Amino acid sequence: MTEESSNIRKIMHVMRHAPHGSIYTYEGLEMILIMAAYEQDLSVAFIGDGVYALKKGQDTEGIGIKGFAKTFPALDGYDVEKLYVDEASLAERGLREEDLLVDVEVMSSREIGRLMSEQDVVIHH
Amino acid sequence: MLHTINKSPFDTSTMETCFRFLQPGDPVLFIEDGVYAVQSGNRFEAGIGEVMKNNQVYALKPDLDARGIDSVTGGVRTVDYDGFVGLVEEHRMNSWL
Amino acid sequence: MNIGILLKEGPYNHQASDTAYKFAEAAIARGHKVDAVFLYNDGVTNVTRLMDPPQDDRNIAGRWSELSAKHGVEVLACIAASKRRGISEEVLIEGGEITGLGTLTDIAIRNDRLVTFGD
Repeated sequence: MTEESSNIRKIMHVMRHAPHGSIYTYEGLEMILIMAAYEQDLSVAFIGDGVYALKKGQDTEGIGIKGFAKTFPALDGYDVEKLYVDEASLAERGLREEDLLVDVEVMSSREIGRLMSEQDVVIHH
Repeated sequence: MLHTINKSPFDTSTMETCFRFLQPGDPVLFIEDGVYAVQSGNRFEAGIGEVMKNNQVYALKPDLDARGIDSVTGGVRTVDYDGFVGLVEEHRMNSWL
Repeated sequence: MNIGILLKEGPYNHQASDTAYKFAEAAIARGHKVDAVFLYNDGVTNVTRLMDPPQDDRNIAGRWSELSAKHGVEVLACIAASKRRGISEEVLIEGGEITGLGTLTDIAIRNDRLVTFGD
């Protein structure tokens, strides 16, 4: 590791849960927003039920829980631009890229796995 | 990179998902309820065997003992907490919760 | 080696707190520095001193307190997660601290490893 790169950590957040049945995605997003201020090399991967967090048309009014789907398109403003979605997770749920509310890179599990293995820190939510 | 799995594969798809993202050579360590994956003779034996062609598989011995699992799938190595730390010394971590 | 721990699950409901503790003990025994245990999600409820389990059971909050006193491990609860769950300075164990997610970022940056435990 070079002197220069040693200060920048590659940190990947892995969203694994559906958004409203548990708090993991919401609190995960809070963590990402804070970490974004530290100028590290951040990325977010959506795997398994985590892809549901990006589904268009979420309306949480009826369940009495604050919605946060709008935060994902806002991540760009925090310089969190690396959003990876697992292609197989989308496909097995009958979802397509057009069903998602933000621009993402849809990638194979193998490709995301390769990126994962390059990280210094991986945090699952 | 060391991958830990702490869910029974009979209960969730965590193991199956983790396996899709594994890179050749990455070790896998089953802990907590994850250790049910490596009880010999269960329906995951062949799948674990397949993974072991490219990846070393470990299970946390105190978790096996706590659950009365005294026979693990052939090729699976057991470690105690000291061995768990030893693996973390060698690899960066990826805890599949 | 310097190691940070992220604990994302509360005590007793799940084994995560126990595994995290056993791991920390083993890491210290092998000569590593366990820099901090950062508590997130329901993990923040690991450090309330109101915890009062039966005599014959382990006291999970007490154990974290001891680890902090004996080995200088920082035991840190995320402030936003704590507020949601009624964890405040008044109920905090000896050695526990409430802090922000920025501290977790520092922990992730300054340690050789960040090891996560949770549900």
